[in-house]
Amino acid sequence: MNLKIALFGIAKEIVGQPMLEITAPADQPVQELLEQLRTQYPALRGLSSLAVAVNNEYAEGSQLLHERDEIALIPPVAGG
Amino acid sequence: MITIDLTDQPIDVAATLELVQSDGAGAVNTFIGTVRNKSTGRPVVRLEYEAYDSMALHQLRKVADQAKEQWPMLEKVAVIHRKGTLQIGDVAVVVAVSTPHRAESFAACQYIIDTLKQVVTIWKKEFYEDGDVWVAAHP
Repeated sequence: MNLKIALFGIAKEIVGQPMLEITAPADQPVQELLEQLRTQYPALRGLSSLAVAVNNEYAEGSQLLHERDEIALIPPVAGG
Repeated sequence: MITIDLTDQPIDVAATLELVQSDGAGAVNTFIGTVRNKSTGRPVVRLEYEAYDSMALHQLRKVADQAKEQWPMLEKVAVIHRKGTLQIGDVAVVVAVSTPHRAESFAACQYIIDTLKQVVTIWKKEFYEDGDVWVAAHP
């Protein structure tokens, strides 16, 4: 399946673009996507935290991804 | 009643306070977050806030809903957060709540700003005279 991943803050700077399109096996769990991205962009490993959001909610590592999900990579937030 | 907003325009603090006026409220509590001129001793010249808008608005709404569950007497809540470029002294965020009595107003206001900082998808970049840093990005 094809996934589009929105990137923000330092994750956007590390990857060098605001949106990443990748090919992944169907029903890929969130933790495998994270591992794939950390392998491809090792600087992501240096962050204090890195979460994945699916359809505007924080996702657990075991959550399965689907092609139409709105996916985003969430580096450490710093609002307020 | 809950009002949530994310804006690239200056926040009107007085207008935000009006949003939580309520005849049943004997207390209005407000937190105003402003841009400080230094960070860990280093002079800051400006800030930039970036937001994942749809998720930030959704998460802000959830935080306000959680406050309402925890303090059912909450009359009204308003949370307005800036994004884009801010200068020293600019208002970055306003949280305003109204309740019948003061104790709950302090507690609910603090809960909302503390939780906002943990979960809402907004990122802050500090600019110094000789560089810039994404706040909290690295251990």
